[in-house]
Amino acid sequence: MSDDLLKVEGLKAYYQMNYFGVRREVRAVDDITMSIRRNEIYGIAGESSSGKTSFIKVLAAAIRPPMRIVDGSVKYEFKGLAVDVATATPEQIEAMRWKHLSYIMQGSMSVLNPIRRIGRTFEDFAARPLGLRGAAFRQRVIGHLERLKLPADVLNAYPHELSGGMRQRVTIGLATVCHPEFIIADEPTTALDVVVQKEVLGLIREIQQDMGSSVVFVTHDMSVHANMTDRVGIIYAGRLVEEGPTRQMFFAPKHPYTAHLVASLPRIGDTAQRPALEGRPPNLAEPPAGCRFHPRCPLAVDKCKTEVPPLVDVANDHRSACWRSADVQPLVAPQAPQAARGVMA
Amino acid sequence: MTTLLDVRDVSKRFTMGGLLSRKVVAAVQDASLSLDVETPEIFTIIGESGSGKTTLARMILGLELPTSGEISFRGKTVSQRVSRQERLDFMANVQPVFQNPFEAFNPLKRIDRYLEATAARFLKLSQRDDLDAAMDGALQKVGLSLVEVRGRYPHELSGGQLQRAAIARALIPNPPLLVADEPVSMVDASLRMSIVNLLKSLRDDFGVSVIYITHDLATAYYISNRLIIMQRGRIVEMGDARTVLDNPEHPYSRLLKASVLSTEDAGAGKLATDPGMVKLAGELVGKAGRLVDRADGRMVRVY
Ligand SMILES: Nc1ncnc2c1ncn2[C@@H]1O[C@H](COP(=O)(O)OP(=O)(O)OP(=O)(O)O)[C@@H](O)[C@H]1O
Ligand SMILES: Nc1ncnc2c1ncn2[C@@H]1O[C@H](COP(=O)(O)OP(=O)(O)OP(=O)(O)O)[C@@H](O)[C@H]1O
Ligand code: SF4
Ligand SMILES: [Mg+2]
Ligand SMILES: [Mg+2]
Repeated sequence: MSDDLLKVEGLKAYYQMNYFGVRREVRAVDDITMSIRRNEIYGIAGESSSGKTSFIKVLAAAIRPPMRIVDGSVKYEFKGLAVDVATATPEQIEAMRWKHLSYIMQGSMSVLNPIRRIGRTFEDFAARPLGLRGAAFRQRVIGHLERLKLPADVLNAYPHELSGGMRQRVTIGLATVCHPEFIIADEPTTALDVVVQKEVLGLIREIQQDMGSSVVFVTHDMSVHANMTDRVGIIYAGRLVEEGPTRQMFFAPKHPYTAHLVASLPRIGDTAQRPALEGRPPNLAEPPAGCRFHPRCPLAVDKCKTEVPPLVDVANDHRSACWRSADVQPLVAPQAPQAARGVMA
Repeated sequence: MTTLLDVRDVSKRFTMGGLLSRKVVAAVQDASLSLDVETPEIFTIIGESGSGKTTLARMILGLELPTSGEISFRGKTVSQRVSRQERLDFMANVQPVFQNPFEAFNPLKRIDRYLEATAARFLKLSQRDDLDAAMDGALQKVGLSLVEVRGRYPHELSGGQLQRAAIARALIPNPPLLVADEPVSMVDASLRMSIVNLLKSLRDDFGVSVIYITHDLATAYYISNRLIIMQRGRIVEMGDARTVLDNPEHPYSRLLKASVLSTEDAGAGKLATDPGMVKLAGELVGKAGRLVDRADGRMVRVY
């Protein structure tokens, strides 16, 4: 068994539509090559509509028209099951679900069945994979919910009787109770207060470590990436533009977009805006030529407008797709200690 | 001083579960707050998940009736059932942005249809060009455009695009009060700032008041005038946002601030919280206590 649980190669996944006779193609995932190792938490960040959800939908084999894999492969090597999502049969995908792979969709608190009590939903999804029934099953679930700071009562509740953050924790509970080998989570903690969020992140990491499993975690919250992940990958306009060990991504980014992203995090005490990125996110139906970041990049040179920079090694275990990666400077030291912050005085 | 919104001693209890496992949840307990007409402000609600923020917002929007207490908007009570016309008038004045954009939109209805219905209903527009201009204007404010959105269903937009479309919809009627429940939870930091700056400019340039529910203490600090912090149905601290956040006094408020993740130790995997603080805050759950005034203008619950 290799060190990689998942290998993605040259993946292209587009939304191909016909609007009133006009063909439209949104190239949401455009030539991504990367891998996820066993026993790691891999964070994915990038601006709104850059293709993060589209990418992990492919990883989770949740591909629906008009999305189509146009090229490339997505190969898993689970314990006792090898699957290429690009060519897998529905049966293979079914076999992979829950036991091997679970997927927490963005906004997934809305996918809970509205007319089924939470307890029933747990039975539907988890009883069989766990091989437990009756009181033993209930005990297991209650113990699990407790770690998500949810009282046992939620099992008797219907989804609408729970707050947004409680529903979000229920879906995390569903996705983790069977301790799968691979967990894919898309913005799973957006509705949680910072106290509970920390608990929930801690739980996910504990499960990951207990099982030596792997987690792909998508969030806009860079401070979550900083504290939760082993590696971070940055997606810009459908492409992976940089990936590396978390600490290096924050302190020594090698792509101008990453440098911007890790410095953009607003902090308590800010009374002025941090420098924002000029310009608008690119249109994925007609992405800019060359480096897709060039219209907004402070370091752009002529070459960037025409030639696509390949994702290449720039340091140990660290890759970047930028012609000028050697010239990238961190925008700010990631965080000044609290006492030094002027506004607090 | 005329009040725009007055929430007085409002409580909400829900009964949850079936016959055998019936349980009463005190979602909101004795909440009071009021907003002035003369001083438009961004009034922020932060707090525990499940502490009653959305319930309070839904009562303000007239979508849920308080179990006790009263809520009035410009002197008229909203905490009672009213006629359809009165309801429409009220909705032109108070617009919601709901917590989860994936739930807020009907999956079978195109986004532009929603926006169009809002424009037709509240702005009384019927000409194609006028409707389009109203929709595009609102979408541009949140960094989208009608071209991007037209003809698309909710599932065809990214999470952040959907969340911004929900904000745009609420802006169309130019309401004097906006109730925004976690409106920027799914967008990146740059967009988040541009949206909170939009809220700021609505307040400063157009006199709009905003009730801003969020888990993000940094933007709360950045834009709010006043804020309340809620724990298990109760307001535990209330006051000038920066006064409170610079130096929170209630144990839960302190725990909240201390739990904000930083990027200082990126890569070190730090997710622990001081157990002493957790215990201190946890012990107060369920205790009534009372809100007392402090010299710096804040109110804190003491026991
Ligand atoms: N079903 C669909 N049909 C057509 N286009 C789609 C569909 N789903 C997403 N898109 C488009 O694909 C692009 C990428 O969307 P995606 O959801 O992957 O973004 P994202 O990075 O997850 O953004 P966010 O952070 O806002 O959730 C967007 O322009 C979006 O509008
Ligand atoms: N319709 C309902 N029936 C029964 N209980 C409800 C109902 N709506 C809310 N509750 C309960 O009221 C409490 C407060 O919920 P609310 O949605 O107001 O919390 P919140 O502060 O918005 O939380 P979050 O930050 O997680 O969104 C929760 O315990 C919830 O279970
Ligand atoms: S390749 Fe050029 S435009 Fe692209 S990020 Fe690097 S410097 Fe900027
Ligand atoms: Mg997304
Ligand atoms: Mg809520």
